[in-house]
Amino acid sequence: MEKPVLRDPGFYVMVATGFAVLFGAPMVFDFFEIMQMTQYVVLSVFALSLAYIWGFGGILSFGQSAFFGLGAYTFAVSAINMGDTTIPLALAFIIPALFGVALGYFMFYGRISDVYLGVVTLVVTLILWKLINHTAGPEYAIGKSRLGGFNGIPSIPIVNSPGDASADLDPVQLFQFFMVVLIVVYVGLRFLIGSDFGRVSVSIRENETRTSLLGYDVRRHKVIVFAIGSGIAGFSGAMWATYQTFIDPNAFSLEMSAKALIWVMAGGVGTLVGPIVGVIGLQYLSLKLGEMELLNNFVILGFILIVLVLALPKGVVPSIRMWALQGWELARQRRSGAPQGKPVASDV
Amino acid sequence: MDYALIVVMEILRAVSLLVLLAGGLAIIFGMMRVINIAHGEFLMLGGYTVIMSVKAGVNLWIAILILAPIVVGIFGIIVERLVIRFLYGRMIDTLLATWGLSLLMIGGVTLIFGNTSEGVSTPLGSITIGAYQVAVYNVVLIAFAVLFLVAAWAVLKYTKAGLIARATMQNPGMAETLGVNSTLVYMATFGIGSALTGLAGGLLAPVTGVVPSMGVNFIGQSFITVITGGASIIAGTLSASATLGSVSQLVTFGAGPVYGDAALLLAALILLRILPQGITGRIFTRSL
Repeated sequence: MEKPVLRDPGFYVMVATGFAVLFGAPMVFDFFEIMQMTQYVVLSVFALSLAYIWGFGGILSFGQSAFFGLGAYTFAVSAINMGDTTIPLALAFIIPALFGVALGYFMFYGRISDVYLGVVTLVVTLILWKLINHTAGPEYAIGKSRLGGFNGIPSIPIVNSPGDASADLDPVQLFQFFMVVLIVVYVGLRFLIGSDFGRVSVSIRENETRTSLLGYDVRRHKVIVFAIGSGIAGFSGAMWATYQTFIDPNAFSLEMSAKALIWVMAGGVGTLVGPIVGVIGLQYLSLKLGEMELLNNFVILGFILIVLVLALPKGVVPSIRMWALQGWELARQRRSGAPQGKPVASDV
Repeated sequence: MDYALIVVMEILRAVSLLVLLAGGLAIIFGMMRVINIAHGEFLMLGGYTVIMSVKAGVNLWIAILILAPIVVGIFGIIVERLVIRFLYGRMIDTLLATWGLSLLMIGGVTLIFGNTSEGVSTPLGSITIGAYQVAVYNVVLIAFAVLFLVAAWAVLKYTKAGLIARATMQNPGMAETLGVNSTLVYMATFGIGSALTGLAGGLLAPVTGVVPSMGVNFIGQSFITVITGGASIIAGTLSASATLGSVSQLVTFGAGPVYGDAALLLAALILLRILPQGITGRIFTRSL
């Protein structure tokens, strides 16, 4: 049973940490480190999109990068055409969300069950990736922006203050803007999960048949959850595009989807903190291992994924929480001199 | 007339290709309910086995028909022992673990052989039909697809091993009480499925060439065929391959291969919307 959001001290700790990083980091870290952290922030938003639909809606999507890529391309094309970035940012949420509704309609109203769902989302991602790779010729252009196929789209505008296309944010402001987005997404999702709607989606995750017998429209519910996740993923794609000022079809790649899954799994399915921890930990690890140039990224990612599934299927955060609870229980028993029973993990 | 013949040939080739690609996957999925995301990389491994042995001076046909299935089959058994067997009944975890395996294999092969495309020339040359040239190798592909379907049907229907396999597939607990060693059956099934995938990869190698990331090009089609086919191994594979292969090949004729792929997916999505359990979930339900 989840506690009400406003009575959970963890929620305040997270928000306070968020604000501390938002204002503190630019004072403590140098320019390069801020750029690096910006990347973690963007990818954390992406990870949260999957953490929500998988952990709290029971929808395992292998195609989260489809929405990430779609958001990135939507932002790139519309920002290049419009100059100003305010409307493109909104579009980067809306268009992937609409695509999520369309795809979700096919999948959930077709009653495609969990594993099939994974495969269908995977295949959709592959097809989008192939199609976008195919758009190299000059005939594939939307307005002023050529899609560029496998060459990608260069010189994507940086986010500017609303209404003034010439006032680009500098890297520190961009970092702060992204931190605000991350905090808003985190707080929004926490409240959504705590709401009536969120409780129904958790009950769908736990038992779909029972929920539908209680009178909830499971299919419509899942479509909405999926669409929200898609929108957030799309928005993180736009953040990625403007952060790099460049986007290529790899945004749609399976590697990107795999990374999202690994972060969420590593951190812990069914938490929102876990995936953020996962992003920071694994991206840092993969940066350091990459510097050694011994193994390539695929080997590292693949190995981590297999080991995680076999050894730590619950993820880091839930495991630590469980160990902590057991340890605390054990210590309490020792102190009170009570007979030592088998420690019971209470579900918090 | 000649053109019509060519179109029919091409459609048959596309259907056969899907049968070969999806066959191994369908066996593993149909019997064990394990979805092997690394399927594309098993194909790639079969392809590499052929190309590397031909470069080492082995006869092409020996490489395709013997070496590729053996190498990939053994690899499959090793994978089953090391990873998959811990995950039976945890379908989602198998998906994740085999995805990890797929990334690991792409990375590993890139480390060993480098990220370059390798190939051998397509054997057997071509024949002329009217104004068109047709590669004889296409006929070989079609023949192997037919052979696979007939052989799988015969083995499952008429041999003792087939009977045990079907029993374990239907009810593993009951089969075990009757003295079937289901661990062994699962291991053998995974091995055979992998070996078939290796054979398919070997057959593909002279046509497409090999590159570490080649699996990506086939995995979508393979999965969608198996899923659209539904639970029955042979009827499902055949009916889904026939439907999807025809659609994608006809669109390819009209608009080019990229749209052919997209049409395949779209057709599959619509089919799944109508028949969520796959084709054999509604029609031919009692077939093999």
